[in-house]
Amino acid sequence: MVMPPAVAASGTPGNANLTLQTVASIGFGPHPDWVSYLVKTPQGKWVHSTILDVPANSLIHVTILQYDTATGLRNPFWGLPEGTVGRAKVNGKAIPILNPDLASHTFAIPELGVTVPLKGVADKAKNQCSVAPCTLAEAHNTITFTFRTGKRGTYRWQCFVPCAAGFILGFGGPMQSLGYMDGLLHVV
Amino acid sequence: MEIAGQQVSRHGVRIVAIWAVLTAIAVPLIVLVLGPHLPPGKMSAEASDQTSANTVLTAVVAPIILIVAVNIVYSLVVFRARGDAIEDGAPIHGHAPTVLAWVLLTSVIVLALAGWGSYTLVQSARGAGGGQGPSPADLPKGDRTALPIQVIGQQWAWTFRFPTYNAFESRQLELPVGRVIAFHVTSLDVTHSFWAYELGVKADAVPGVDNVAFVTPRKLGSFNIRCAELCGLWHGHMALHGHVVSASDFVTWVAEQKAANAQIIPDLGPYQRVYFPEPKHRAG
Repeated sequence: MVMPPAVAASGTPGNANLTLQTVASIGFGPHPDWVSYLVKTPQGKWVHSTILDVPANSLIHVTILQYDTATGLRNPFWGLPEGTVGRAKVNGKAIPILNPDLASHTFAIPELGVTVPLKGVADKAKNQCSVAPCTLAEAHNTITFTFRTGKRGTYRWQCFVPCAAGFILGFGGPMQSLGYMDGLLHVV
Repeated sequence: MEIAGQQVSRHGVRIVAIWAVLTAIAVPLIVLVLGPHLPPGKMSAEASDQTSANTVLTAVVAPIILIVAVNIVYSLVVFRARGDAIEDGAPIHGHAPTVLAWVLLTSVIVLALAGWGSYTLVQSARGAGGGQGPSPADLPKGDRTALPIQVIGQQWAWTFRFPTYNAFESRQLELPVGRVIAFHVTSLDVTHSFWAYELGVKADAVPGVDNVAFVTPRKLGSFNIRCAELCGLWHGHMALHGHVVSASDFVTWVAEQKAANAQIIPDLGPYQRVYFPEPKHRAG
């Protein structure tokens, strides 16, 4: 397995920014039809990676551009955002909870108690993105939230939605692979 | 080297004497010193039973290990060939009484341990923490007032649902001390294994199965929870700490959890004993 490159958050120690996007199919590489996350570098370039470097003891402001449609949560419990500083927002509107059937993915760091469900775009939305990286002109939801990091360490993060199309019960492939729906958060 | 008659008898007496002395020292040490430290401990009634079983097994096998070890060491020291010539020793012919005694003795030990182990597994430890499946046959005293807690395995986290408290769900686990707990262990996706180490519980979490495991926590404190079934990429991260707390602290914790999760409870749906991982939407 080739380890994806690490991408550092922008900003300063104490306040850092992460921008991610989710796509229904990455469109290139060894598995072009796999669902995936991408991360934006401080220089504004989209990189196919889920290895994130963020500063310790800081507020991490996350923006996720969610281009995929809903799959739905197998466990509705993950529809409850937890572990954020303030409420998570979808398109600027605070969400105390997300209807589990509307979830496309989650951004979850279990060891830090962070779980944020990501609302999928409507199945019939116009101008849906077909190839990553997607652009702001294409149908998407913007999810924003903030979480706080503590001491240095490496934490896994993952999606709790069984979103791996074409795999038994939605688990497998991208759900079991770094660089797609699983990642590492290096708190440095 | 001639090994016969009186000489054999002399060596035999020495070996038995050494073995007897070592056994007399080792067995009490195992029972009194090592035993209390053997896993999984005494945090629950079931864990205590398992620790007792481990102590007995270790004490019983110690003399057997010692007789083998003493023979090997004694032979290496006393019967060591010296000089340049390497020759085969004199042939040793069968000694029927010794063979018969050895077979009978080891058979009795093995069969006795099997019987006692089965009794412990079925009766004393009520499934030895492995769960009894959906219809437990051996119920602990106080099972009618047992607190049911559903343990839900999923890739890659544990969540816990409390059907008698509005069926709220939590990613944390707290247990009241001194009360019988009925874990209903299941899974949403693949096979996991709920291992609450210090409680002496290691129950398979299988999708579509309600595996009931009883436990009665005896001591306050924290315990480790792991997944004991290789279940995918983050299997090694399915770890957390549970806590055994006082009855009053448990009531407080339940109230906090219900308040924190009030909004998600309606979406959780009615409590079910099992779940089936049917394909969601596009993923099939």
